[in-house]
Amino acid sequence: MATATGIHHRSYRAELRLRHTRAEYLRLALMAALLLSLPYNLGVYWLGIANSILIAVIGAVGLNILVGYTGQISLGQGGFLAVGAYTSANLSERGGLPVPLSIAIAVLVTALIGALFGLPALRLKGLYLAIATLASQEIILFVVRRWSWLTEGKGFVEVSRLEVFGWQVSREMFEVQWYWVLLAITTLVVLAARNLMRTALGRAFMAVRDQDIAAAAIGVNLTRSKVTAFAVSSGFVGLAGALTAHYTETVTWERFTLDVSVLYLAMIIVGGIGSIAGSVYGAVFIMLIPTLLTEIAERLTAVAPVLTEQLPAIKNAVFGLAIIVFLLVEPRGLDRIWTRVKDYVRYWPFRY
Amino acid sequence: MSNFISLVVYGLADGAILALSALGFVLIYKSTRVINFAQGEFLLVGAYMFYTSFVLLRLPLILATVFGVLVATALGLVVERFVLRPLIGESALSVIMVTIGLSSVLKAVIQLFFGTSVREQPPILPTSRVSVLGATVPLNRLLVIVIAAGVLAAFTRFFTRSRHGVAMRAVADDQQAALTMGISVPRVFAMAWALAAVSALIAGVLLADLSAVEQNIANFGLIVFPVVILGGLDSVPGTIVGGLTIGLLKQFVSGYADPGLAEVVPYLVLVAILLVRPYGVFGETRIERV
Repeated sequence: MATATGIHHRSYRAELRLRHTRAEYLRLALMAALLLSLPYNLGVYWLGIANSILIAVIGAVGLNILVGYTGQISLGQGGFLAVGAYTSANLSERGGLPVPLSIAIAVLVTALIGALFGLPALRLKGLYLAIATLASQEIILFVVRRWSWLTEGKGFVEVSRLEVFGWQVSREMFEVQWYWVLLAITTLVVLAARNLMRTALGRAFMAVRDQDIAAAAIGVNLTRSKVTAFAVSSGFVGLAGALTAHYTETVTWERFTLDVSVLYLAMIIVGGIGSIAGSVYGAVFIMLIPTLLTEIAERLTAVAPVLTEQLPAIKNAVFGLAIIVFLLVEPRGLDRIWTRVKDYVRYWPFRY
Repeated sequence: MSNFISLVVYGLADGAILALSALGFVLIYKSTRVINFAQGEFLLVGAYMFYTSFVLLRLPLILATVFGVLVATALGLVVERFVLRPLIGESALSVIMVTIGLSSVLKAVIQLFFGTSVREQPPILPTSRVSVLGATVPLNRLLVIVIAAGVLAAFTRFFTRSRHGVAMRAVADDQQAALTMGISVPRVFAMAWALAAVSALIAGVLLADLSAVEQNIANFGLIVFPVVILGGLDSVPGTIVGGLTIGLLKQFVSGYADPGLAEVVPYLVLVAILLVRPYGVFGETRIERV
């Protein structure tokens, strides 16, 4: 219950609810209205960006389950995206499986491979684990690059236009139709992740993150929790990879380098470690930076042509600075900033 | 046989540079417990700073080196004071990510000022070929091994003999005990970063002399990880053994098997070491308590 002195719960049931105040329902409705109206207000270019953001949200949520909620640092995101993308592309193109089935199998395969590469986490933590996952990233990418069977020797896989049980995405309405598909999947993923964190498994993840030895002492099965965290997280990431494959219609290894792993880590840092909403904010923020910088450079190209020439370097610099500034100024990310804004409004005119 | 000898020389030269870049990495980790993902960019900045002074400003070799060392020291100090010090006590993830952010910024700055094209730099070390045990090898590779050995020996001596070196080891061993003995821990942290930047500068200049002054120098930073894991994250002798092992291994695999495979072999070694002996061959085992 929201009062002038803060949110107070009168029963455990009330505390466990996903939403507590009327304002939250109102914001949810506004958000839904905004998302549903986007295809009618945005052009093809911006809708394409919205689609990439939706896919990035899935990947960021998956990474946050592992890094933010279970505390296992992973630099292998790019590799797991690659596993999802190549599996689904090959199953649907060469195996002739229907796309939903191939995506589902890709999710399972990625979860399995994620669990396999998560095995070092049983003995390693922190810095050592980060380095181990860095190795897994490099190894997966090497396999993807060199195993010519995967791409039939072409170096890339072409994926045909999305077709689900006879319904095919049309060329004219490509971005709009994909927007609806991706919006539905992403909403489901975010809801699933949010609810996962309220289950015993989710709480075990958080116990492992906060103090793994203490968690083991109160009866959390460390081995199972860590391996499950890797599997669940990789499953989400594999879904993002498979969707990328079908959305972009080509799969090349350049899309899955270490830079991509870093990009996703940046999303959850900027958005908020250990927060599902934060993953969403972070994915939007990080994906919009390059686009907005391009816009600004184009607007100013008459005044300062230097901006357009140096655009790639400027993008890198802003990206790096965003990570550093967030870590130094607000390590809990956009999610925390948003909470503070809400608190400020709620308690006004008092400070706390 | 001659093929073997030249592979050994190339491997040792690569390994010597790897050991130098790993040395900076270990210096930072040992005293501040920070994993520096920007080590490759330190090499890059070092190589470009030397290029600026040697080629663009036309300074003589000695002055150019001094200029490079000064800039590297300043870079190390600034990074430590303004980026890493506020994060003391933060989680491993924050520290890793801040150095990743730093690497992105450093690379972008180099790109802004120098562009992405390869820069011409006259060779510093003689490129003539000499014959060793029946194989002809370039002289500059041999000299790189000698220079790197000299620098590593100097650093080892610094740690065992000099006052500051002993202070750094004390801080690495136990920060609180070091504090009670009157050692300034912040100063040691700053020194570690400055020394790391200087050793990266040397590695970067040597690497640029063997290959070219270009953005790809930064990629060397990632192969540092197999080296330090093999040798132990907090062991200075470990970097030498690890560097030489990985350097030789890469050359042998690329010479006898497949150059593409050579790129990934260091990481396979890394995983194997992590599974068998996570603290490296020379690393110190730490016991964790709640």
